[in-house]
Amino acid sequence: MASIWLIPFFPLASAVLLLLSTGRMPRQFAALLGAGSVGLAAVCVALLARAFLADQEVREVTLWTWMTVGNFTPRIAFYIDGLTVVMMSVITGVGFLIHLYSIEFMWEDESICRYFAYMNLFVAAMLLLVMADNLLLLYLGWEGVGLCSYLLVGFWYRDPNNGKAARKAFVVTRIGDTAMALGLMLLFTELGTLDIQPLLAAANSQWQTGDTLPILATALLLGGAVGKSAQLPLHTWLPDAMAGPTPVSALIHAATMVTAGVYLIARTFGLFLLAPPTQEAVAWIGLLTLLLAAFAALAQHDIKRILAYSTISQIGYMFLALGVSAFASGIFHLVTHAFFKALLFLAAGTVIHCLHHEHNIFRMGGLRTRLPVVFWSFLIGSAALAALPFTSGFYSKDAILLSAWEVPGIGPWLWAGGLLGALLTGIYSFRLVFIVFFGEAHHEPERQPGWKMALPLVLLCALALAGGLLVLPLAGVFPHTGHHQPNHLVEYISIGTPLLGLLIAYLLFLGRQVSIDTLVESPGGSALRDFWLGGWRIDPLYDALWVRPYTALAHWWRKEPLDGVYNGVVTVVQWAHHKLIATQTGELRWYATTMVFGLVLLVAIMLRNAA
Amino acid sequence: MGGLQIPMEHVLTLAGLLFSCGLLGLMLRRNIIFMLMSLEVMLNAAALAFVAAGAKWGQADGQIIFLLILSVAAAEVAVGLGLVLQIQRRFKTLDMDQARRLRG
Amino acid sequence: MMETLFYLAAVVALAATGLALTRANAAHALIYLIVSLLAVAVTFFLMGAPFAAALEIVIYAGAIMVLFVFVIMMLNVGEEGITREREWLSGRNWIVPGLLAALLLLELVIALRHAPTTTAGVDVTPKAVGLTLFGPYVLAVEIASMLLLSGLVGAYHLGRRFIVRRERRGGAS
Repeated sequence: MASIWLIPFFPLASAVLLLLSTGRMPRQFAALLGAGSVGLAAVCVALLARAFLADQEVREVTLWTWMTVGNFTPRIAFYIDGLTVVMMSVITGVGFLIHLYSIEFMWEDESICRYFAYMNLFVAAMLLLVMADNLLLLYLGWEGVGLCSYLLVGFWYRDPNNGKAARKAFVVTRIGDTAMALGLMLLFTELGTLDIQPLLAAANSQWQTGDTLPILATALLLGGAVGKSAQLPLHTWLPDAMAGPTPVSALIHAATMVTAGVYLIARTFGLFLLAPPTQEAVAWIGLLTLLLAAFAALAQHDIKRILAYSTISQIGYMFLALGVSAFASGIFHLVTHAFFKALLFLAAGTVIHCLHHEHNIFRMGGLRTRLPVVFWSFLIGSAALAALPFTSGFYSKDAILLSAWEVPGIGPWLWAGGLLGALLTGIYSFRLVFIVFFGEAHHEPERQPGWKMALPLVLLCALALAGGLLVLPLAGVFPHTGHHQPNHLVEYISIGTPLLGLLIAYLLFLGRQVSIDTLVESPGGSALRDFWLGGWRIDPLYDALWVRPYTALAHWWRKEPLDGVYNGVVTVVQWAHHKLIATQTGELRWYATTMVFGLVLLVAIMLRNAA
Repeated sequence: MGGLQIPMEHVLTLAGLLFSCGLLGLMLRRNIIFMLMSLEVMLNAAALAFVAAGAKWGQADGQIIFLLILSVAAAEVAVGLGLVLQIQRRFKTLDMDQARRLRG
Repeated sequence: MMETLFYLAAVVALAATGLALTRANAAHALIYLIVSLLAVAVTFFLMGAPFAAALEIVIYAGAIMVLFVFVIMMLNVGEEGITREREWLSGRNWIVPGLLAALLLLELVIALRHAPTTTAGVDVTPKAVGLTLFGPYVLAVEIASMLLLSGLVGAYHLGRRFIVRRERRGGAS
């Protein structure tokens, strides 16, 4: 299929057109172009996916050679296998729904043109990232989505806090990107190529399992993945990134970009299999992140921050899956998570939209009857997030937990941690539902969502419910991990845990059987709540550890201490000038006398040398 | 009439004495005219040394350098005396300790 | 006998120079200076450099000193100027210059200790000087001519303005 290049081309061309219009395009046209281009791309992806499912054939398309530097000849080329098709479907499918939703959400914003330009650019870059056949092109897309993330987090740039959040997102992910760039350089110098498939083949033939080089290379790649996917210790940017418009959070910071790290590890899984210590680190990072973020989510009161922490937590599950070699399960969870988290974000965006930019969940309430579509969407999304039985999240999370259980040695620990995370997920997701949609109303919604908002919600509801029935065409991509041993006890516990979470949430927040207030108001409880509300106080920690020393250093350097040396020379010269000026008396006889004095001295020296 | 055989030491000592006298006058006198005269004495002493050196080898070169010194002295006196007139006009004095406008 | 004449001339030259540089009256000083120059001309003649001796008298003692005379007459310092000069010559003003000059002289004498040879005792005729001057030293002649020309232009420039201003001032009053 020769027209594969059209898929990233549509959004890219649209982005260029929108940017060139410099905001003077009529908003109807901008919306049509912005959403339509992604829709066209989605249609192309659907055709491609149908063809791929029919023949299961890997497609490679070379457009041109990017550059030739010595023996380094990266190409602009696409590699389409099952994993790519899955990722492309998510990006364009969910992306199109979010674009459609954005039309209504952003209709009254004066810079809707700029919005769609950035969004389309993002979709193009993200498609490039997943379609790339070599790591350099992947890195181009990787940086492209990072740029768009920065631009969109700081979309409402007139508020300095948004700009600060955008910079934080950019800088923190840049730390990971630097590690990744180093990893790419290491891979190229060691293996001589960056084309992914030849690279994996070369690694398999040159390196032994457990060698230092694959461990180092994968650790560097993991650094990039950790930064982009907001995992420990580089997760701090994602909660702040909620400063952007809500559809942006849905598309970039939930469904697609933040899962790029998962994609990267899955794409280069051959390397990670050669480095068992790194892979174990992936698992532990995932576990720690999912627990930490889940606890933090319990205490938040900004609706978007709760969802942001839950995103971090869910990506933690994906990392856990990658860490235990359950790559297909990880990607499966990525897909279902894209469905239900996009749904949740869009529903939350609708609530915010209808309540006139209200973010605090404690000022919402009783919206069940007033915004029924949103309520059902949110309920379904939360159910999937909490992995209640027969929702999509249930199938994917269950697969991950089962894979974790079967790992010899550390497996049960990982499983237990994941289970605790699942319990917490149940609690915080239904806490959100109960507080926002039940109880007494504080605000009347100012408006009802129109069809452009409602349609994506309904479609995503269907996907979040039934997504678990999808069979992803990943069989040819990842090695078969063997049969799951049917262990009924483990499965029953997995099923029961989210329900237990739901029950606890009900008791605490709806039934009021146990007073949450007494818990929170006890000294320990309030301290813990503040601790979790601040995201485990990691931001102040990083501030003290890195940011403030760095800015202090920068301030110090701004005074240019090295200049002190040169300024010192100048000072000495000026001082000497002022001293020596005293000899410039203007008296002729004084000059003559000093000259004679010098003459006497010179002749004396000459005499001494002659002697 | 042939030249004399005079010890070089004596001739050059005479030149040195004259030079020192000129130097002493230069440092001592405050009147610009006397300073110029001292310069003349010093130039003359140098010329004497050159002529003596030429006489030692019986060659003309020493006298030729004397000629050069002569023209330098002539030019210097012409310009120097012109300056003396200007100094007198501007400062109403020939005392070089008064004319010190170049003080830094 | 003739050697005695040389030492006599040397003594005259030194004495006349010393007197010239210590006079308070510029005109007197000038006369002593001329005497000194004439004595130096005698030594030139005795060393076998008659051409240099003639030039010393004609140009130095003749032309250059006459210039001094003209300027001294133009400035017309007067009686109080002479008393002032006398004041300046007295006392501590001598210490540092005398010390430095003596030091330099000492050094020169030390440097000349080992010069046992004498002058050649032959005449270098004006003809020989002329041949050398316009032979190997023709470039020096050119340089000297340039120097004299610039001296002429400079002196004319400096002196002319002085004269013109004075005339104008005189006319105005």
